[in-house]
Amino acid sequence: MNIVVLVKQVPDTWAERKLNEGDKTLDRASVDVVMNEIDEYAVEEALRIKEAQGGEVTILTMGPERAVETIRKALSMGADKAVHLSDEALKGSDAVQTSYALGKVLETLEYDLVIVGSEATDSRMATMGALLSERLGQPQLTGARKVTAEGGTVTIERQTDDGYAVVEASTPAIISVMEKINEPRYPSFKGIMAAKSKPLTTLSVGDAGVDEGQVGLAAAPSQVVEFSNKPPRQAGQIVKDEGDGGTKIAEYLASQKFV
Amino acid sequence: MRPVVRSLPTPEAEALLELTRDLVEHEVLPRAGEMESRSEFPRELFRTLGKAGLLGLAYPEQDGGGGQPYEVYLQVLEELGRGWAGLAVGVSVHTLSCFPLAQWGSDEQRERWLPDLLGGELLGAYCLSEAASGSDAAALTTRAVRDGDDYVVDGAKAWVTHGGHADFYNLMVRTGGPGPAGISCLFADKHTPGLLPQPPEKKMGMRSSPTATILLEGARVPADRLIAAEGEGFRIAMSALDGGRLGIAAVAVGVAQAALELSVSYAKERKQFGKAIASFQGVEFMLADMATQIEAARALYLTAARLKDAGRPYGPQASMAKLFATDTAMKVTTDAIQVLGGAGFVEDFAAERYFREAKVMQIFEGTNQVQRLVVGRSLTRG
Repeated sequence: MNIVVLVKQVPDTWAERKLNEGDKTLDRASVDVVMNEIDEYAVEEALRIKEAQGGEVTILTMGPERAVETIRKALSMGADKAVHLSDEALKGSDAVQTSYALGKVLETLEYDLVIVGSEATDSRMATMGALLSERLGQPQLTGARKVTAEGGTVTIERQTDDGYAVVEASTPAIISVMEKINEPRYPSFKGIMAAKSKPLTTLSVGDAGVDEGQVGLAAAPSQVVEFSNKPPRQAGQIVKDEGDGGTKIAEYLASQKFV
Repeated sequence: MRPVVRSLPTPEAEALLELTRDLVEHEVLPRAGEMESRSEFPRELFRTLGKAGLLGLAYPEQDGGGGQPYEVYLQVLEELGRGWAGLAVGVSVHTLSCFPLAQWGSDEQRERWLPDLLGGELLGAYCLSEAASGSDAAALTTRAVRDGDDYVVDGAKAWVTHGGHADFYNLMVRTGGPGPAGISCLFADKHTPGLLPQPPEKKMGMRSSPTATILLEGARVPADRLIAAEGEGFRIAMSALDGGRLGIAAVAVGVAQAALELSVSYAKERKQFGKAIASFQGVEFMLADMATQIEAARALYLTAARLKDAGRPYGPQASMAKLFATDTAMKVTTDAIQVLGGAGFVEDFAAERYFREAKVMQIFEGTNQVQRLVVGRSLTRG
């Protein structure tokens, strides 16, 4: 079974993240970057299916040159090869444009499954699986906490608020996974060394057949109009217990509609 | 504090250290304090390290190891020691336990057992000391008598790291007359009938790393598990220890580094008389001395490691490194408690744990008195 995993490089979730004042795009340059955490679960799931059934795992990433570090991590975990779509023209693309560009690359790849993380920690759109499904005309199975792929069929347990639903589709299909699905492995030392010689194809928009006019900030169908930084943390309120501490806490919780 | 500035020989060593720091940050540090206080052995964490390839780093790739020079392996060990001494000592002991088989085993023995040892599935133990023979290791009395296809072993080995948890035990036993020439090395499986691990010792520190006596009551070890020839055991044991000593030196530097980092961050936070105590020269100079001694200890173990990697004799330098690094760890962790003041004396901070961990490092893998003996003899009897 051949699997493509979409992997995104994002600013470290624990770092101070901000938007550029000028074009209101995400400041990716001044922060530490990591693989989007949920994408590690997507890679792990693909590797487990591959280890059980054979086939190849391809990493697909759209992002600046620096995203190679994240691609290498996915390769060192055990993926076989990678495609990196990287072009200045893509800067500032929104989710709809990104799905167009990634869709173009996916059309050139042979796969049974595309696995994506359920959302990225930078934009938090959580739409890529659905957008690609629409673009490629392939079924989507979202929010998977378990995946079983056999023959031409893929079945998932789709996490819901109350339990889970079993959803089935024919391949090729697009799956988004959530954290409950597995425990991602660490790259091994040998995996890190092996990753350096694994095939990595870098594509420009031209190479990928992406129309330059349809991507990038200027052409984006959605625009960030305005933003403001998170207000600084306020000092907490101290409740002194004078025999009525419990009542005061209950009143506070009620005033904030916690109870 | 920023990570230690290291001079590493290859990009692959850089990648290895980065992987190690990642593991320490996410897998080791979050567990160390809790499990240490519960005296809980982190067997799963050893598996994680094994899968990452960290349990056979210093051995050749064709045997399933990582093919890394000691210079690199030791710096990995130091980083692990910075996270958790008990774990790092375990890795050092495991590496030492693989040595007799890797260096002295027959091709058949190596093919049979070595890949699993170096691949991280199995965990090793090394049994030299006995209740009455520590520094005077050649006085050991555990006896092995050949009986058909087996050796029958009777006696007791003391202070065995991983005792009761290990998958294999290197037993130094007496097969011949008194003295070093009568000692042999047996590579015993944990399921050996009559090999009986006793309850773990209750220790002052490194409580997560089990230490136990191994009773041997008519233990039958197949004769094909004899490493090298009868009478070679003492030589094997001592050559393994040279490398092991460097491992302890590296772990000691790691513990000292952790204590320094804690001291610096505390001294920058803690305010007295309206300013951070780090801005008082009395404290700042202590920190400077701690950092200087650590850097010197690191340089010393690396010097010995580079000699070893070049195939040159390094015994005295290994002893110097072990002696200096562990004395440094004791001094630095003592000073760390002083920097933290009362906070250094309570379990809310790791300073007291580092202090307890440092103490044993002056004792095991050859006491620091034995190290001085080795260094002294190299000067006066060479």
